[in-house]
Amino acid sequence: MKAPDARRWIIPAIAIVFALGAPFFAPAYRTQMAFLWVMIVFALTWDLLGGQMGYNSFGNVLFFGVGMYTCVVVQRDAHLGYYSALFIGMAAGAAVAVALAAVIGSGILGLRGHYFAIGTLGLGIAAGELAGGWDFVGGGGGMVPPLFPGVVGGRETFFYYLCLAIAAMTLPTMRWLYSGRFGLAINAIRDDEDKAEAMGLRTTHFKTTAWCISAFFLGLLGGVVGNLLGFVDPREVAFAGSTYGVWMVLMAILGGKGTLWGPVIGAVIFHITQELFWTYLLGWQRVALGLLIVLIVVFFPVGILGWARDRWPERFGRGVDETPTQGPA
Amino acid sequence: MTSAILEVEHVRKAFGGVVANKDVSVSVPAGKIYGLIGPNGSGKTTLFNCIVGQHPVDGGAIRFEGRDISKLRVAEIARLGLLRTFQQTRIYRGMTCMQNMLISLPPADLHWRSVYRRSSPGDDRAAEDLLHFVGLHPKRNLRAGDLSFGQQKLLEFAMALMSKPKMLLLDEPTAGINPTLIKGLLQRLREANREFGITLLVIEHNMRVIMELAEYIYCLAHGELLAHGKPEQIQTDQRVLDAYLGAH
Repeated sequence: MKAPDARRWIIPAIAIVFALGAPFFAPAYRTQMAFLWVMIVFALTWDLLGGQMGYNSFGNVLFFGVGMYTCVVVQRDAHLGYYSALFIGMAAGAAVAVALAAVIGSGILGLRGHYFAIGTLGLGIAAGELAGGWDFVGGGGGMVPPLFPGVVGGRETFFYYLCLAIAAMTLPTMRWLYSGRFGLAINAIRDDEDKAEAMGLRTTHFKTTAWCISAFFLGLLGGVVGNLLGFVDPREVAFAGSTYGVWMVLMAILGGKGTLWGPVIGAVIFHITQELFWTYLLGWQRVALGLLIVLIVVFFPVGILGWARDRWPERFGRGVDETPTQGPA
Repeated sequence: MTSAILEVEHVRKAFGGVVANKDVSVSVPAGKIYGLIGPNGSGKTTLFNCIVGQHPVDGGAIRFEGRDISKLRVAEIARLGLLRTFQQTRIYRGMTCMQNMLISLPPADLHWRSVYRRSSPGDDRAAEDLLHFVGLHPKRNLRAGDLSFGQQKLLEFAMALMSKPKMLLLDEPTAGINPTLIKGLLQRLREANREFGITLLVIEHNMRVIMELAEYIYCLAHGELLAHGKPEQIQTDQRVLDAYLGAH
């Protein structure tokens, strides 16, 4: 099991160099590269509920959109310098998203299984319609965040690094959550919630907390993406349930839901494939994407990592251990 | 005179027109092993569900350590130290045996603040010891859902012990377990009672098992308490024999 140190660090080192250097290696692809990190955050935050806790949410895009709108509204109305308005806006976006998750969660997380999925499906759609009819946030025309004050082209680089920073915060947070008792608790809820309750676990508390953590990162991300794209549309960007909302689910399932790295792998593969479709199959990209979705569900129902775990269980630390150990003292 | 840890007084529970428990009173002293028997459909599991808060009772009182628990919810009652196992064994299928054990720590260790900690080496040792105790130690890193039915029952029992309850309600612990394993399980139930001081109330269909295990037995039929007494008395009680053989 013990790999030499140099070999252990080679992949993380390449990833870090790639992540930090991407805007310089490939300046033309900064937005697409930034979206790679966005997708990873999408998949990771979805998997916290859908994979680890067994609550398949189709409404997570709500928190993304709310964060985006809140941030841009603060930027518009706060009359502060560009950067302070942006960062206060992002923080406010995250705070509003968390508060919303806590309020909605206490009700909707009482639904189980398919009922929860259907209940959340309505959330994003309803929010999109509301935002589209509310003049304070620009109605159907959406909003435009303030102009980036830096050099031309500096905007993409700046927001690339912000997306990277959020992804770099999300992954270790999830890792920390899953490595402790909290991870076991939400896994227990996934496997048998009635049993978890019968054992005295504070299931409602854990479920709401998980949703709030998910909402925090999505809310933070929303403001960044709104500024990266340069416009906020209620249905196509902020509350884009039929694109982002569905992709979150797909990416997590493709990589292997319920694992830490599965959503990351799924997001990378999905995003690259999707960009290739746009480039080489223009006009057919949606068809190709649909086909990909079908292939994922048929051939990788447990995802890439899930498949690997079933194939090589010992590599994932699962197996019979007959080595005689000392009995209880 | 030992004081009663669990007192069920005149409990009534109906599902629509079906009265599953009609004026049932049961009292279990601390530190004892008591049995609950009765033909299928006599309301044993319903009584368990009422005690642990799964079903709200229609009437009567349930007291645990002198405290009225008939209005509390399932998880609240569990946190007081009154746990149950299920007739249809329930474990966390997708998690390994060790993970199943580690998430069954006493409720105080899974409080809203302590839940963010990693499990300590002490927890790991306690979990491994208990898995030894039920003979599942070699399989500790297997998915719990891949265990056989009997092994899952043993795991569920070990999980209950991990939680250090004061009292444990066991719903047919030996159903579906082979005779060799039953012997081991009975021994473990007695040890749990003796060494960990856990009061047991056991639903059981296997008469030989319950007569050997329990010091005192309550017998239900048609939702009513039919008889109660020491195993010898129950075995010769005409009403009990009639209920089982269908004289009604």
